[in-house]
Amino acid sequence: MTADQPVVELRDAVAVLGSFPALAGATLRVSTGEIVLLRGPNGAGKTSLLRLCAGLLPLARGEGRVFGFDLATDAAAVRPRVGMLGHRNGLYGDLSVVENVKFWGATVAATTTEIHEAMKRLGVDGRLRTVPVSRLSAGQKRRTALACLVARRAELWLLDEPHAGLDAQGRDELDAVLQQAVASGATVIIASHELERAGSLAHRVVDVVAGQINGPTGDRS
Amino acid sequence: MSSLRIVGLIARKDLAIERRSKVAMHQVVPFAAITMVLFAFALDSSGGDSGSVIETVAVTDPPRVIRATDVLELVAPGLIWLAVLFSLLILVQRSFAVENDDGALDALRVAGVDPAAIFWGKAIALGLQLLALEIVLLAIALVLYRADLPPSGLGMLAITLITATGGLAFVGTLYGGLTAGFSGRESLLPLLVLPVVAPVLIGATRAVESAFGTDGVALSEGWPWIGLLTVFAVAFAVGGALAFGPLIDEST
Repeated sequence: MTADQPVVELRDAVAVLGSFPALAGATLRVSTGEIVLLRGPNGAGKTSLLRLCAGLLPLARGEGRVFGFDLATDAAAVRPRVGMLGHRNGLYGDLSVVENVKFWGATVAATTTEIHEAMKRLGVDGRLRTVPVSRLSAGQKRRTALACLVARRAELWLLDEPHAGLDAQGRDELDAVLQQAVASGATVIIASHELERAGSLAHRVVDVVAGQINGPTGDRS
Repeated sequence: MSSLRIVGLIARKDLAIERRSKVAMHQVVPFAAITMVLFAFALDSSGGDSGSVIETVAVTDPPRVIRATDVLELVAPGLIWLAVLFSLLILVQRSFAVENDDGALDALRVAGVDPAAIFWGKAIALGLQLLALEIVLLAIALVLYRADLPPSGLGMLAITLITATGGLAFVGTLYGGLTAGFSGRESLLPLLVLPVVAPVLIGATRAVESAFGTDGVALSEGWPWIGLLTVFAVAFAVGGALAFGPLIDEST
């Protein structure tokens, strides 16, 4: 991938869920270091767009590249560089907070220092450290999931309603974490209904309507 | 991170979850033990008179008398493996429920974790739990069914346990991954797994019969069955590792 190459480049991308076209010709370009907010009603295709970028949803038609890898033929190569937080947290309820963060950190050989730093940044160190995730509140689980994402050192963050379940302090911490991630070279795409909160964080807002991108897509061609 | 380390990471994680939740210890082992006891109730036709004759086999010379107590001893190897198969289904459901409850399997895929490493790690953890369960069931069979294990059969029994457990763990993990994303997976899994593991049931039963010396079966008769179990385990270990990635991609 060259320096001026976009992190995400979709051109008339079509993705289907069963027989339903979740994305119906979406065009989007996201550059390194951008925070892009996806805005749109329920069922518009925001989550599908994130899943396509994560290599979880197959590209049925059109063109799609993430980090220069073709999503149609090389989606698996994209995944190690992507961190996705969807509606679910991807945590193991029987394991403690520290065990979860250590596990996800270990998938990228994160050091103990990086793991503890990630937990500290999201405020899940201290007394929460050894608590099983199943006993945490929804907000604490979200923070733990974000700590796992930080420990994984993802280059492209795909976040679906990341502020959901977080209290005011947690939202501030999340915003700080995202800004820090971007400052260190990561790219962030957020799907959110909390436009005021996420909008103030985002460099650019993109409307997703009926599986398509409305308005500026960031495509310079 | 190397695939081998990921295999260890996944296996340790699954075993840690079991240590915390104790599902296998508190639910699966009692379930299997109850199954063994119910088999004994169903097949003990003596009505309390354990010495009663239930059949005389005339084709043997001299004609052989089968008493009520003999029946359980004769069928003990098969009953052990039937109880193991039923328990396998519960363990596999549990193994993938922990991945699906909060979207961890999706997260593993996004993390770029090698699907073959996930397959091997989960199969190893499942196999270790199955092995522990089988030892408990063997002990129950020795006591409850009065099965006899001569010292000369110990080696064959150990090899049978390892090869049969390998086959069951690989098949269970493969089909567990396949059904993980489907609704109705609880009923779909037995439908898919039980026919596939029929060779393990047959091979392991015959090999344990040889190890026990059930009904005069010679020890040497068990080795071809162990060969079958080994081929089965290796085929599913390799095939499962190759197929696991595309299968979970399709199913989730």
